[in-house]
Amino acid sequence: MSGAQAVVEALQREGVEAVFGHPGGANMPIYDALYDLQSFRYTPLNEKSIRHILARHEQSAAHMADGYARASGKVGVCMATSGPGATNLMTGLATAYMDSSPVVAITGQVPSFMIGTDAFQETDVVGMATSVTKYAFQPLRVRDVPYSIKAAFYLATTRRPQPVLVDIPKDVQQAEDDVDFPEYVHFPNYGPLPDPDPMVVKTIGRAILGAQRPVILAGGGVKMANAYRELQAFAELLVAPVVTSFMGKGAFPENHPLSLGCMGMHGSERTNKLIPECDVLLVVGSRLSDRTTGKIEKFAPSTKVIHIDADKAEIGKNYRLPVVSLVADAKKALQALIREVEAGMMGRQRDAWIKRAQEVVVMAKTELDGNGSYLSGAETIRMLRRFLPHKAIVTTEVGQHQMWCEQHFQVIEPRTFFSSGGLGTMGFGFPAALGAKIARPDVPVFDVAGDGSFLMTENSLATSIEEQIPVTVVILNNRMLGMVAQWQRFFYNRRYSAVHLGRSPDFVKLAESYGAEGVRVNTIPELETAVNRAIRSPVTTVIDVPISPEENVLPMLPPGAGIKEMVVG
Amino acid sequence: MSQDAQLRIISALVEHKPGVLYRISNLIRRKSFNIESIAVGPAEIPGLARMTFTMFSDYSRFDQVMKNIDNLIDIRSVEPLEEGNATVRELALVKFSPGPPVTRLEVMSLIETFRANIVDLSPETLTVEISGDSDKINAFIELARNFGVKKVARTGAVALAREMTIKRSI
Repeated sequence: MSGAQAVVEALQREGVEAVFGHPGGANMPIYDALYDLQSFRYTPLNEKSIRHILARHEQSAAHMADGYARASGKVGVCMATSGPGATNLMTGLATAYMDSSPVVAITGQVPSFMIGTDAFQETDVVGMATSVTKYAFQPLRVRDVPYSIKAAFYLATTRRPQPVLVDIPKDVQQAEDDVDFPEYVHFPNYGPLPDPDPMVVKTIGRAILGAQRPVILAGGGVKMANAYRELQAFAELLVAPVVTSFMGKGAFPENHPLSLGCMGMHGSERTNKLIPECDVLLVVGSRLSDRTTGKIEKFAPSTKVIHIDADKAEIGKNYRLPVVSLVADAKKALQALIREVEAGMMGRQRDAWIKRAQEVVVMAKTELDGNGSYLSGAETIRMLRRFLPHKAIVTTEVGQHQMWCEQHFQVIEPRTFFSSGGLGTMGFGFPAALGAKIARPDVPVFDVAGDGSFLMTENSLATSIEEQIPVTVVILNNRMLGMVAQWQRFFYNRRYSAVHLGRSPDFVKLAESYGAEGVRVNTIPELETAVNRAIRSPVTTVIDVPISPEENVLPMLPPGAGIKEMVVG
Repeated sequence: MSQDAQLRIISALVEHKPGVLYRISNLIRRKSFNIESIAVGPAEIPGLARMTFTMFSDYSRFDQVMKNIDNLIDIRSVEPLEEGNATVRELALVKFSPGPPVTRLEVMSLIETFRANIVDLSPETLTVEISGDSDKINAFIELARNFGVKKVARTGAVALAREMTIKRSI
């Protein structure tokens, strides 16, 4: 079998149902093998075929794979050719890396005998990918191909999920050899996370049972470990309020009485102020980034912080001195903690603390823009929540609309909210929505976008139409790069530099030109009608919502400020 | 950099294959450290190499980069060392070109004092090999500047943990 056929068979053996990619000179043998598979000329290992989804830009292919991974909990696979194809993937891989998403990228490379000669479309992809992947393989023999792909899936999904790249020279794809498909791969100093250390679990259990005013801070790690149920059970057992980081948004049902929503730069003001009041803060699966904690020295200065994370390098990185730390999978850690404190919590009450915490559960103050000709962005998001079923998946781009989602879009069901929180990649949401729709064709998928972000990957409309992947894009259109403009208002004396986008394009006509549906809404009832139509539509819908260019996302924690120093209006 | 900044040593046992040095050095670069010295060579187990890095750092940043290095797939094991708990050695080759007013004899006396060896001799030059801890090499090179040094090549430190350490009394 050829190296290219080995790629396809290895993917089949991993149970891959879809790959997102773009062909080019250096990965044509793989595409040829896919063609064989799809036309059933090559007898596949099993009946299951692999669907290929043609992206219109490799960055989008990576985001689609990422969205697929986040929605399904399985590996998302993307493919690109050498040189520009591979470099275009990098933004998507960096996005997945920052948000700990299991993506496997397969790139073509120039033939091995030309590597290092600056051949046509040659780039040092392994070198480039090293900083944004857990590992990058470059198999140089056909027989190494199945191992590389098996290992890529293994590395991407174990311990802290992260992207992995496999860069395959074209001659290796073309060459024929006998190949074995390994069942297991082994790395001497790398393996699945061990079970939580019972001694540490005991110590944490004691600290929690001794707490008078505990708070749980859940990060994206809870979502990646699929520990939704465990988190809820633990919080209810402990009668402890739960806050999340932005990446952790949705790890805990936000309509739950114990939910305090998000904390951080655009978290709720009262939630942020509550954090220094708690005596024990249990952090699960969060790296405690600057966007979550504000100035770290002012973050919970007299609170006992307990830090649980899948990655030992996160312990002590941003928050220097946790009183106890546990390197473990969030799901297993929470299960162990539930067992540990179950007996001790019997009959315990925390009425005063819960009452105090629940005072905090008020909607973040919103600046409802008085300008009658426009809808408010914040209000639009709040209404969107009302119009969408709880099971609907929502992705976002990056900017004001994203932070309005943080504040006003209550996430209730597991695996229904995905955003680029770490890298902050404009253009993530729409292709990620397409990937999520492939994973979950049974639920409506919405991308909440800004007019600036949407244009970054707008050409994915072609993919959504040609591949028949209907999603909905809601564009909060303020004709501005709104978040940059907001910072210029606040911190640069309203000197608006390079943030005016104007009225082009006309998003309704743009959508229509791709064969999608486009609709502009100016009132909440129009929004409701458009959302309901879009959910039922067999094609992708773009809903353009003009909003005021001056609306701010508030409250806001200015960069470098302490967690209690929010600007509210 | 905080007050506990000092020269710290990383000793890593790694897969002996292409790209491993790049992965580690790239990681150290990403964390904004300057590598003071680096030494790589095959280890006692075939297929593995031992890499020794030295860098100035405070404890907490060093501890973090150690964890990051340990997370790398190609790393078998990694340990932090410092001069107090490890044998640290470095080798340098120093080429002298003595001429008036410096005589060969003066160079020879320097060499003898430091227990260095002459490894190459020509009518105009002599090349000296010296090994020891980094302080000794530094001192030798500092003094050698007065004696017509032409070129210096240093290996960078290699280090192994001491098995018995005697606690220093205050």
